[in-house]
Amino acid sequence: MLWKSADYSGWGRVLQAKGEIARPERQAALAALLDDGLLPAMGMRRSYGDAALNSDGRAVDMTRLDRMLGFDPETGILDVEAGARIGEIAAAFGPKGWLPAVMPGTGFATVGGCIGQDVHGKNHHHAGSFCEHVVSLTLRTAKGVVEVTPEKTPALFRATAGGLGQTGVILSARLRLLPCKGDVMVVTERRMADWEEFIAHLDTSRATYTVGWIDATAKGAALGRGVLEEGETGSGLMPQRIKRRKVPLDAPNFALSSPIVRMFNGAYYRRVPEKGRTVVRPISDFFFPLDKIHDWNRLYGKRGFHQFQCVVPLDQAPALRDMLGEIAGSGLASPLAVIKRMGPGRAGYLSFPMEGYTLAVDFPDRAAARELIKHMQARATEVGGRIYFAKDSLARPEEIPAMYPELDLWRKEVTKADPEGRLATDLVRRLKLRVAK
Amino acid sequence: MNRTWIILGATSSMARAFARAVSQEGAGVLLAGRDSEDLAALAADCRLRGARIAEAVAFDARRPDGFAAIIQRMEAEEGELNAAVFVGSMPEQAAIDADPSLIDGTVTDSFTGPARFLQMLAPLMEARGGGTVVGVASVAGDRGRLGNYVYGAAKAGFATYLSGLRNRLTRAGGHVVTVKPGFVDTAMTWGLPGMFLVATPEKVAEDIQKAVRKKRNVIYTPFFWRYIMLIIIHIPELIFKKMKI
Ligand SMILES: Cc1cc2nc3c(=O)[nH]c(=O)nc-3n(C[C@H](O)[C@H](O)[C@H](O)COP(=O)(O)OP(=O)(O)OC[C@H]3O[C@@H](n4cnc5c(N)ncnc54)[C@H](O)[C@@H]3O)c2cc1C
Repeated sequence: MLWKSADYSGWGRVLQAKGEIARPERQAALAALLDDGLLPAMGMRRSYGDAALNSDGRAVDMTRLDRMLGFDPETGILDVEAGARIGEIAAAFGPKGWLPAVMPGTGFATVGGCIGQDVHGKNHHHAGSFCEHVVSLTLRTAKGVVEVTPEKTPALFRATAGGLGQTGVILSARLRLLPCKGDVMVVTERRMADWEEFIAHLDTSRATYTVGWIDATAKGAALGRGVLEEGETGSGLMPQRIKRRKVPLDAPNFALSSPIVRMFNGAYYRRVPEKGRTVVRPISDFFFPLDKIHDWNRLYGKRGFHQFQCVVPLDQAPALRDMLGEIAGSGLASPLAVIKRMGPGRAGYLSFPMEGYTLAVDFPDRAAARELIKHMQARATEVGGRIYFAKDSLARPEEIPAMYPELDLWRKEVTKADPEGRLATDLVRRLKLRVAK
Repeated sequence: MNRTWIILGATSSMARAFARAVSQEGAGVLLAGRDSEDLAALAADCRLRGARIAEAVAFDARRPDGFAAIIQRMEAEEGELNAAVFVGSMPEQAAIDADPSLIDGTVTDSFTGPARFLQMLAPLMEARGGGTVVGVASVAGDRGRLGNYVYGAAKAGFATYLSGLRNRLTRAGGHVVTVKPGFVDTAMTWGLPGMFLVATPEKVAEDIQKAVRKKRNVIYTPFFWRYIMLIIIHIPELIFKKMKI
C-alpha cells in the first residue's frame, strides 16, 4: 500500500504523532507522490522532539532512497541519495581512506536529516558543520526540482542547511568527504577533575576529534568532572564487532533513578585510569558509541526523555557552569551528558553552532525535569546562546527570534520555496517558525 | 574466487539488500529488472560498496525473448556463476476474483518466467561445475489460503521447480537454496494490516547468505516461520477450509 497509518514519535518518545506515511523505494515513486503536492520528509527520526513529525497529516519516509550514486577519488566528492545513513557511508569509505567530513553521534542519521539540522560532530572546532561540506544538493520545491549550491543559490542554500526540511524534499546531495588514515581510531582518554580543568583542556586540545563526557551528578568540588576524549584516525586492523544488542522492553522507571545514575557515573569516571590512557577502537565505536545498543531510548521507559542542548558564547562559560550546577543539584540527569567546544562554523540561517561551549544532557520526562529545562533554555537565551532544534521539545516560540537572529531571512526563502506551507511539521507549528511576528 | 551473481527482480528491497551484501564481499552483480533508472542507481551503489562489477540488465519475466542475451552476458564472466531470483507479483485476491485473466501474469512473474530463465542457465552452470541458485518462494506456497491462493499456488509451483533443479544441479557440483520469507518490511507489505514479527530486508539477506555458505536446501526466514508453517500445514483440512487466516 502507498500509505501507512502510523503512531510515531521522535527519538525521545515524548512528543507523539498520528498520521499517514509513505515510504517510496524508487525515485520515480517519490516523484509521483510529490506531484500531488509537497510533503514533509523524514529521515531516521533521530531528532529527539518533533522536527520530523507531522500530526494529522502526511509525510514521506526517505530511508529507502539510500544509494550512493557516484564517487570521484580526485575530489573526494560523493553523490548520495538523501536517505543514506552516515554510518553506512563511513563503513563503505573508511577502509578506502575517506570519511564523511562531519558525523553526528549516531550513524543512523540520514544525509537528509544531517542537512536539515546542519549537524555537528566531534571535530566541529576544525571542520565546521555538515553543510559546509555539501557541494550541492537536489531539492524538490514547489517549483520543481532545483540544484542548490552555496555559490549559485546562496539564499536558498542557507535556508535549506539546517532549515528543518522547510524548503523542499532533499533528493540527493554531493558531499565532500575528508581523507583519513584508515578506519581505526586512536583515542586518548583523560580524567578531568573539575569544571576549570575541563574547560582549560577543551580550550587547548589540538586533536582532530575532541569530546567530553561530563558527570552531571557530581557536585561541589567535583562539579564538572568527567572524561576528555581526543581521537585521531589511524590505519590498522581492528576486528569489526557486528553484534548489536537490543533493548527488548521499556525499562521500569527506577532504572534511571538518581542513586543508580550516580553509581554508574562514578564507575564510568574511574574506568579511565588516573593517569589517562590511549586505546585503539573501531571508528564506529568512537563516533557512534550508542548505536551498538539498538533502541536504547527504551531504557528511559514508556514516558520517554528529553535532551537539553544549548550552546553559549566563549565568554559565557561561567553561565554554563552554573547551569551544570543546577542540573547536578536537581538529581534529575541521566548518565548521558556531553560537553564540547565549538568553532564558528555554520552553513544556514537556522544552524545551531556558534563559537562557544555546548552542553547536552538527557533527562527522563518528569515535570521537574521539564521545568528545569525550560529554565535553562531561558538562561541560554539571556546569555546570547541558543538551543538545538534537533533536541528540543520544550522551547517556546517567543524565545526563538533572539536565539536565531536570521529567522526572517529564513522565512523569506521558505515562503518562496513552499508558498502553500505544505512542509510544516509539528516543531515548526509549535515554535511558530514560519509565522512572522 | 571470481563470483558473479545475476539478481532477477533487483529493484525489490530484499534483492537490494542481498546485492549489497554480496557486493561487500567483492562479487560481481548483474542487476536485472524493468526500471533501468533505479537499477543504474543500485549498480553505482554496489560498485561503491565493493562489487567487482555491477551492471543493470533489462529483464522482464513476461518477455522470455530477452533471456538469451542475459545468459550471454553471464557467459562473458569468468568463474562461478550464481543466480538469485526475487521476482514475483501479488495482485490482491479480490482483483483476481474480478478479473481471472490476472492469474496468467501472476504465474508468469512468480513461477514460469524465472523457471524458464533458470532452465536456460542450468547448462551453463553445469558446464562450470558449480554455483548456487537462490530462489525466493513464499510461506504462502505452503498452503492455499483464502487471502492469496493464486500467488501461493504460483510460489508453490516455483518451490517444486527449485526442488527438482536442486536435484539436477547437485550432480554437477552446484546447489539450490529455496528461501521462504515470512513477513518482510518491503513496499509490498508497507501499511498492510495484520503484519507481525516483520523482518528487515537486511536480516533476510543475511539469512540467505548464511544458507548459501552452508549449502542449506530450504530455509524459512526468519527461522521461526518454519514452526508457524508446520502448524498451519498440519491443521486438518476439515477445519482449515472453514478458517480465515
Ligand atoms: C544518539 C544520538 C546522538 C546524536 N549526536 C549528535 C551530534 O553529535 N551532533 C548533532 O548535530 N546531532 C546529533 N544528534 C541529532 C541528529 O544527528 C539529528 O537529529 C539528525 O537530524 C538526525 O537525522 P535523521 O535522519 O534521523 O533526521 P530526522 O530526525 O528524521 O529529521 C531531521 C530534520 O530533517 C528533515 N529531513 C530529513 N530528511 C530530509 C530530506 N530528505 N529532505 C528534507 N528534509 C529532510 C526533517 O524534516 C527534520 O526537520 C544525535 C542524535 C542521537 C539520537
